[in-house]
Amino acid sequence: IVPVAGFSPQGAYGVQDSLRSGFTSVKNELLPSHPLELSEKNFQLNQDKMNFSTLRNIQGLHAPLKLQMEYRAARQVIQRLPFLQSSNLALDTLRNSDESIGFEDVLNDPAHSEVMGEPHMMVEYKLGLL
Amino acid sequence: MATLTAVRPAFGGFSFDNCKRNAVLEIEASKVGCSVPSARKTGTTICGVVFKDGVVLGADTRATEGMIVADKNCSKIHYISPNIYCCGAGTAADTEMTTQLISSNLELHSLSTGRLPRVATANRMLKQMLFRYQGYIGAALVLGGVDCNGPHLYSIYPHGSTDKLPYVTMGSGSLAAMAVFEDRYKPDMEEDAAKQLVRDAIAAGIFNDLGSGSNIDLCVITKNKVNYIRPHDEANKKGVRVTELEALQLTGDYKYKQGTTGVLTKAVTPIDLELLEESVQTMDTS
Repeated sequence: IVPVAGFSPQGAYGVQDSLRSGFTSVKNELLPSHPLELSEKNFQLNQDKMNFSTLRNIQGLHAPLKLQMEYRAARQVIQRLPFLQSSNLALDTLRNSDESIGFEDVLNDPAHSEVMGEPHMMVEYKLGLL
Repeated sequence: MATLTAVRPAFGGFSFDNCKRNAVLEIEASKVGCSVPSARKTGTTICGVVFKDGVVLGADTRATEGMIVADKNCSKIHYISPNIYCCGAGTAADTEMTTQLISSNLELHSLSTGRLPRVATANRMLKQMLFRYQGYIGAALVLGGVDCNGPHLYSIYPHGSTDKLPYVTMGSGSLAAMAVFEDRYKPDMEEDAAKQLVRDAIAAGIFNDLGSGSNIDLCVITKNKVNYIRPHDEANKKGVRVTELEALQLTGDYKYKQGTTGVLTKAVTPIDLELLEESVQTMDTS
């Protein structure tokens, strides 16, 4: 069993955050449950990285820097509070994914999920107070 | 409390939460002797051919679930855009959803560019999506259409590789259909010859492969017209069952026709009967 990089627990200092994510099991942490799990988790990230590096090679360093600043503005400023679902319209327009439809729009839409996080806890977690 | 405050993923799409549980369930079920339900496949013969003015796509109409025929008349030629159609083999749900997704994407794209979509665009979108899922989406497709650059035909495999060819076949009956194509294909055929060739190829798949059967559907795409012929040929027509209500029909009538038995001689003897006595007896019908 070869452990897969990028699958280690996501809490601070690389240790599983039992308070928030529940109990751990060694097998759960070492191996993904499906070969596609890792590539799907990082798909958007990898696409962005690829696009930025292409943009850097074509137009120079300034282009990805300016775009990333706009991404940060769209993601951190324009979005709603963590427990509310935001439409991500600005982010979609920047990424050009407002004109395409994929499985993420059809399956498992977070706007239709049955559970909601506790608002106070989630805001405190996001602001780093907890 | 733990699950509520966890940072939930902000994106939708496939969720792999139940994969480990499913793997355990499968092992447990096989220990007991049952098996997990299998996905419905299309065990198919699909093919396409480029002729002088366009493309002819053909498909059979049987959907199988393991060894059982699940659907005797399913439609395997899916709409992608007004000038592009796609036949699908493999897992039925995968081909259906994939073609619908690509059809929506292509519609949005063509609205954005303001032009009729090209077959190469649909091909590129399909292969990028299928490669992203590394073959787990079991959709083997034959994509054909006519755009501003002429008629095009592509075959797309579940892992994401594509071929651009003048004639292609896919599915479990692809070898039988390809044999017919290799024998009789000629470049620049007329429409009727192309339709006959595709019909014969699908018929070869239907009669020689257990996974294909029932009728033959055709779709003829030319520059300005699409002719979706469903069914083009009912190669396997189900017989008519006779019930007592239809006993009047000649097919179910067990009486012989008048004149079945030849008459050799005929002698008629009238018998005169004398009326002796007549009496009326009333019946009590209260």
